[in-house]
Amino acid sequence: METAQKRQGKAPKVAVAAALLAPLTLTACTGAAASGTESPNTLTIQDYYDETQDPIYHSCARSVGVSLEISHVAGPGLIPKVLQQSSSRTLPDVLMLDNPDVQQIAKSGALSPLSDHGLTGEGMVPAVVQAGTYAGKLYGLAPGVNTLSIFYNKDLFDQAGITTPPATWDELRAVARRLTGQGRYGFAMSTINTYEGTWQFLPFMWGNGGTERDITTPQTVQALRFLVDLQNDGSMSRSSIIWSQDDVIDQFVAGKAAMVVNGPWQLPALKKQREVRWGAFTIPKRDPSQTTVAPLGGEVFTVPRTGNHAKMAKAGQFVKCLVSPEKQLETARIKQNVPSNPDVAEQAGKENPALAPFVTTVRTARSRTALLGPDWPKAATKIYNAVQIALTGKAAPAEALRQAQGEQ
Amino acid sequence: MTSAHLSLTVAAGERRTILWTRLLRRATPWLFSLPAVVFVAMFFGYPIVQNVVMSFQEYTTSTFYSGAAPWVGLANYATILSSYLFTTTLVNTALFTVGSITFQFVIGLALALFFKRAFPLSGFLRSMLLLPWLIPLIASSAVWKWLLDQESGALNQFLGLFGVPAVPWLVDPTLALAGVIGVNIWLGIPFNVAILYSGLQAVPKELYEAGSLDGATGWKAFRHITWPNLRPVVSVVIVLGVVYTLKVVDIILGLTGGGPANSTQTLATNAYNKSFVEFNFGEGAAISNVLIVVSLVFALVYLYLSRREPSE
Repeated sequence: METAQKRQGKAPKVAVAAALLAPLTLTACTGAAASGTESPNTLTIQDYYDETQDPIYHSCARSVGVSLEISHVAGPGLIPKVLQQSSSRTLPDVLMLDNPDVQQIAKSGALSPLSDHGLTGEGMVPAVVQAGTYAGKLYGLAPGVNTLSIFYNKDLFDQAGITTPPATWDELRAVARRLTGQGRYGFAMSTINTYEGTWQFLPFMWGNGGTERDITTPQTVQALRFLVDLQNDGSMSRSSIIWSQDDVIDQFVAGKAAMVVNGPWQLPALKKQREVRWGAFTIPKRDPSQTTVAPLGGEVFTVPRTGNHAKMAKAGQFVKCLVSPEKQLETARIKQNVPSNPDVAEQAGKENPALAPFVTTVRTARSRTALLGPDWPKAATKIYNAVQIALTGKAAPAEALRQAQGEQ
Repeated sequence: MTSAHLSLTVAAGERRTILWTRLLRRATPWLFSLPAVVFVAMFFGYPIVQNVVMSFQEYTTSTFYSGAAPWVGLANYATILSSYLFTTTLVNTALFTVGSITFQFVIGLALALFFKRAFPLSGFLRSMLLLPWLIPLIASSAVWKWLLDQESGALNQFLGLFGVPAVPWLVDPTLALAGVIGVNIWLGIPFNVAILYSGLQAVPKELYEAGSLDGATGWKAFRHITWPNLRPVVSVVIVLGVVYTLKVVDIILGLTGGGPANSTQTLATNAYNKSFVEFNFGEGAAISNVLIVVSLVFALVYLYLSRREPSE
């Protein structure tokens, strides 16, 4: 949900594709089990990345002794395609999934437990293992993950004489107010009416002790009131309710926002542009005694049940190679994400200082499906609805959350 | 004996051929309609039946792999009808449809009448009017989103020249629906102009000549000659327009995604969200069946009107 690639295509394309597929899929499900190609030494792999990922795939294929057939799908098209492949029994040998989708796909029975292939989550950040686990079994592992932090405009900080980044909500609010003016907002984030909006609100909600089990607790109300305050101060644009995370980073690069909530997948683009001198810091806490809790993002690799056990075993070895420490570091260099192994992450943070706040945040990050499992999407919908109700002024934060909680 | 027996078999054979020819002759009209029947059954009947069946099932992501879609009876309908969103989406759908159709039709008719008089470049300008139709919806909704942007949108910068403060077109929940309707009006004008213009061409010129002798010109000519002759075309345009507008998804998804705070959520976008964002295909199907019923009502109105027309 949170990576740049996944949002390139717009939703309606999926609508058309899925609408065409949905009625046909069930009739096609009697076909015999067949995984991609017939050759016993070729594995098929499907993801929503691009060619920059291919060298890592190929090097793992060499070490496992197989050849590869790679297919990169446009982000929003992945799940509809996976559903269609599930019913026609044509799932790839190795399948990449966005981590909050794992539970739903695992629940359907389409994935094989990674323990069958001798994989455990040992040595990985707990949140990564949690994200790949459904009903006590591990189905997916990620070589690297991401989370949210705040990018800031160094020139604007210098001009305003701000030397240390804000560490608490009060400081953030004060700094945002100081940096607002001349057609520029001090703070920007995405509170759009999609899972992306929920994902961006979570660091404030979770960081303050809020929970998705009951979104009406005072901690979540406080977090939502903080955003409303930022907006009422004039420090955050009212347009944030229609901005995607990419829109937010565009505002930042255009110099129209001084601080923005975003993730490490923006690092390659930020490093390329020359308009803005920037840095990053972890998302402030309401009280210094609290710990930062941001959501864990990123994609995991899974081994679908294709029926071909020899190939599934090879696919397992292939995934084992992808999530090995060396490959984690290699992936981090290409994708600018945070390796799942804390020690490797430490090293990646040293090599790439811009990644450091994300490395720190991942250590205490939480997976979105950890608490509610496959029911997470329902809660996520309620959360972005509540945020929208409050920010559009339709109701005060407490009432907005109460309304959204009762939604069916 | 043998000859009689022979003649009997011949007769029987003959009778069989006669029967066959008769059967074939009777079946001929049906055979002609067979391709159409097969087409309708495959491409309209099957999806609709499938959709109705799906709306009685718990049809989720798991269904795709396991094939199991437990029968839940009317539960999906109960859920969507009692949902907090149902009234909102119903009202929004009505406002969106009525608002779009009214303005599309009035502006479309005015332009069609305007282009009826031939003037230099009228043919060129009329074909330019079709432009909104030719641009892919995803592209035009992206451009409109940018035009309607509160801070840097072209529309607000233009209004700013006259001292109008920045209007939060797609951001304010009370304005967003109007903004989306506005874009849909722009999109629907070409269809209305094209159909109404060809309708106007079909009105016999002699009627206007005769009318002008009796003093029917200008408004009177429109009221007593153009309008009555255009009536059948008008009902086609409006009924088709309503059916097309009820099911609009892409333009709303492109502009607001149903937001802010569900203020532009319609039955169609909600069905889309349920099915393809939340993967709750059962409830999505139930909502789209409600939409089908609403469209069907308008289709019946159309059939009734078109049957009544000739008797007038």
